[in-house]
Amino acid sequence: MNIFLNGKQQQTSATTLAELVASLSLPAAGVAAAVESKLVKRTEWETFSLAEGMHVTVVRAVCGG
Amino acid sequence: MSDLIIAGRAFKSRLFLGTGKFRSNAEMQAAIAASGTEMVTVAMKRIELGDSNDDMLAHVVRPEIQLLPNTSGVRDAEEAVFAAQMSREAFGTPWLKLEIHPDPRYLLPDSTETLRATEMLVKEGFIVLPYCQADPTLCKRLEEAGAAAVMPLGSPIGSNLGLRTRDFLRIIIEQSSVPVIVDAGIGAPSHAAEAMEMGASACLVNTAIAVAGNPSAMAVAFRKAVEAGREAYEAGLGTASLNFEAEASSPLTAFL
Repeated sequence: MNIFLNGKQQQTSATTLAELVASLSLPAAGVAAAVESKLVKRTEWETFSLAEGMHVTVVRAVCGG
Repeated sequence: MSDLIIAGRAFKSRLFLGTGKFRSNAEMQAAIAASGTEMVTVAMKRIELGDSNDDMLAHVVRPEIQLLPNTSGVRDAEEAVFAAQMSREAFGTPWLKLEIHPDPRYLLPDSTETLRATEMLVKEGFIVLPYCQADPTLCKRLEEAGAAAVMPLGSPIGSNLGLRTRDFLRIIIEQSSVPVIVDAGIGAPSHAAEAMEMGASACLVNTAIAVAGNPSAMAVAFRKAVEAGREAYEAGLGTASLNFEAEASSPLTAFL
């Protein structure tokens, strides 16, 4: 399906948020996700179903002052 | 040297470090260790495809280190609240460096949005350390809003210009009931020592260490400067002459 990941339209075969994040090859720690600008906790990713056109935000830890 | 208590947590080191601008994760990790710091800032970024799988956090996380995620990039209080929720989830801590600087040329903090965001974030249970202008009235309002400390700037981020705001930092330090952490613009160990001699609770240093020729050696220099400044403050500094007059240290007569 097509979703928006950080504002960019993306094709994904993922059906849950967990599958989507797993497909991004991110480190285990320092990652958070939101859908339609509402935080979805990691514990809920497995059961959170993606839908066509959803706006997903994924952030990761980076260096900064 | 007394411990620094912020939000009920004791810190032995009064030097905090930023993790930006290091040439490598290895240099960053070594500098953090050399500094003796117990609190380190990190940031967040929306992922882009093609990002390297860089696990910078693995180079930072240690049992003795308090992570302090920042909200760099947000433009107003609402965005800061969203960033804070993501940060608490990503890093597993309610500690937050609130940083709202919409103008990229000077990176000066937006006082109005920072105060608004502090009020909102404290209500949601965050431990808020706001990066702010060296405005004594603002710092008092931030304290009243529940900020765990205030973090007034010395000069613009990354400028290495030292304590341009020193006269106002002095007032803030005199009037604050929460720790005062001088953050931004500290460019040399002497600047950090000056802040500590004035009575600042701590210093946050990033650029001056990260871009030094030898970051680990610079981190050690900063560690010593913060300790020296704090010890001097606790030892009781003498007063400066008001009219440039001397006060003899040796007898002026009786030898001749």
